[in-house]
Amino acid sequence: MNEQEQQLLLQIADDELILGWRDSEWTGIAPMLEEDVAFSSIAQNEIGHARGLYELVARARGTTADELAFDRTPEEYLCARIVELRLMDWERTIARHVLYEEADATRLERLKASEDAEIAGLAAKIDREEAYHRMHAAMWDERLRGEQRYLRALDELRPLLDERDGHTDELAELWEQMTVVRRSVPGATW
Amino acid sequence: MTPKEQGFLEDVQAGGQVETTDWMPEDYRAKLIKFIEMHGNSELMGVLPEREWILRAPTLQRKLALTAKVQDEVGHSQLIYRVVEDLGKPREQCFDDLISGKSKFHNVFHYPTKTWGDVGVIAWLVDAAAIISQKALLKCSYAPYARIMKKICWEESFHILHGRDVILTMMNGTDEQRELVQEALNRWWGPLMQFHGNPIPREDDPMYVWRIKSQGNKEARQQFLDGYVPQIWELGLTVPDPKLRKRDDEGVWEYTEPDWDELKHVVTGHGPKTADRLDLRRRARENSAWVRSVVLADAA
Amino acid sequence: MIYEVFRQERKGQPFQHAGSIEAPDDHFADVYAREQYGRRGESAALWIVPRAAVLEIDEFVDELDRNYHRVDGYSLKAKLKEARERAGTAAAAPDS
Repeated sequence: MNEQEQQLLLQIADDELILGWRDSEWTGIAPMLEEDVAFSSIAQNEIGHARGLYELVARARGTTADELAFDRTPEEYLCARIVELRLMDWERTIARHVLYEEADATRLERLKASEDAEIAGLAAKIDREEAYHRMHAAMWDERLRGEQRYLRALDELRPLLDERDGHTDELAELWEQMTVVRRSVPGATW
Repeated sequence: MTPKEQGFLEDVQAGGQVETTDWMPEDYRAKLIKFIEMHGNSELMGVLPEREWILRAPTLQRKLALTAKVQDEVGHSQLIYRVVEDLGKPREQCFDDLISGKSKFHNVFHYPTKTWGDVGVIAWLVDAAAIISQKALLKCSYAPYARIMKKICWEESFHILHGRDVILTMMNGTDEQRELVQEALNRWWGPLMQFHGNPIPREDDPMYVWRIKSQGNKEARQQFLDGYVPQIWELGLTVPDPKLRKRDDEGVWEYTEPDWDELKHVVTGHGPKTADRLDLRRRARENSAWVRSVVLADAA
Repeated sequence: MIYEVFRQERKGQPFQHAGSIEAPDDHFADVYAREQYGRRGESAALWIVPRAAVLEIDEFVDELDRNYHRVDGYSLKAKLKEARERAGTAAAAPDS
């Protein structure tokens, strides 16, 4: 795996990690109990995808998935600005979900065509799980189409999909929380 | 009690089962709703102390496990509130009463979580205390509740393993990590001892009389101590109760009598985190009210 | 809308009632049932049905105790003993 491929995988992994982290914040407080359970699985899947991708890069670099996920500084993450935002309202959470799934589908198609068998294999597995995310996103999109606040949210977030130059303060704040226990006893096993 | 109610009582005490559409005494229905609702409230409120740590989990594995554990608890609350709803009290009314303080939830969820040590102690020991009660509920006279307890107990089994894994990893780690565990255990021991409730003799406990509970509070507590104090001691941890010991002749555990006034004070809404957590629930509910009205409005 | 969920633990097993979920339509019900009763791969299959579509029957009438079509309507011990004695096999065979 060359450096360019590693960077691409890290970019996707970082997107999935941070989005998964954000989505997991709804666990326990989603609009309906049944939805809470469903959305939590989506968050867990996203982190699981990140882990799978980190593991591939980690092997190439002689490190571990956890070290890649936690031990870089905020500036070193390659995620898009859209996933960094803390969006604790349902209209923007779903808008981001819908927009991200669409963009991610395109990206995954390219990855599935990779010459590297491991990358292509992992991409295929991820894509099979993402099919359910897309189903869930479409379901909510259909329900919320008539709501002004949802349409506004789509308009607000769409431009951020491709913004990857520089990070928001929100990422640094999230990183603080993500790493606080890990940094409290450096090098410890948890 | 009318002869019909007396007959019902004898039936459940002999192991009879009750279904949703069966006739039941008003007192039984009222006690049932109160008991089951409190359980649903507890699962839902229990999510909040652990949620914060989902963000701070120090490895990907722990992050996934903790999220899955909390997800299970939300799932359990869904199962439980459905049972309450089929008994006649709608879910939204349960939430109203929870947020207003009219209905209660278990003591342990009124306390703060301060470190990753708490995460381990909660998953290991609080879930253990809960599983003891839940296993006893498998024999509840009200069948729909007994049936969901099967799924709940099955899912809880991983919670305890996860908790024990977190604790063991820390105990095998550094001095700081061991200190985190001991310190968390010191803070949680009091609430754990209160968890199964005051020592009311089971014959005087209406929940037992109706066989909603099939185990008295004292028995549950003894079972907890029997199962888990050895697990605590074998790791070199201490329990902050100098009186705690097992009376060799009878196999009964002796301990400092828990503060039952504190328990009452806490479950009636005066715990250290009660107000904050109910407020969080209230705000989350208000912010998402529009979603429910859009999604559930035109449903049958 | 309340949907009843039936789950099949493994292929070949019967579908059993597992619980109920609230969902606005079939699409949501599919997603929610999948999660509540299948996120751990614990079910081979699920049936979900709106509660309104389930017809409940819980009263059965058998006033005249019709045992002619049940096993408990047939006690053959005495007749078998008599038949064996007549055929002279009572001493040789044990009572069954």
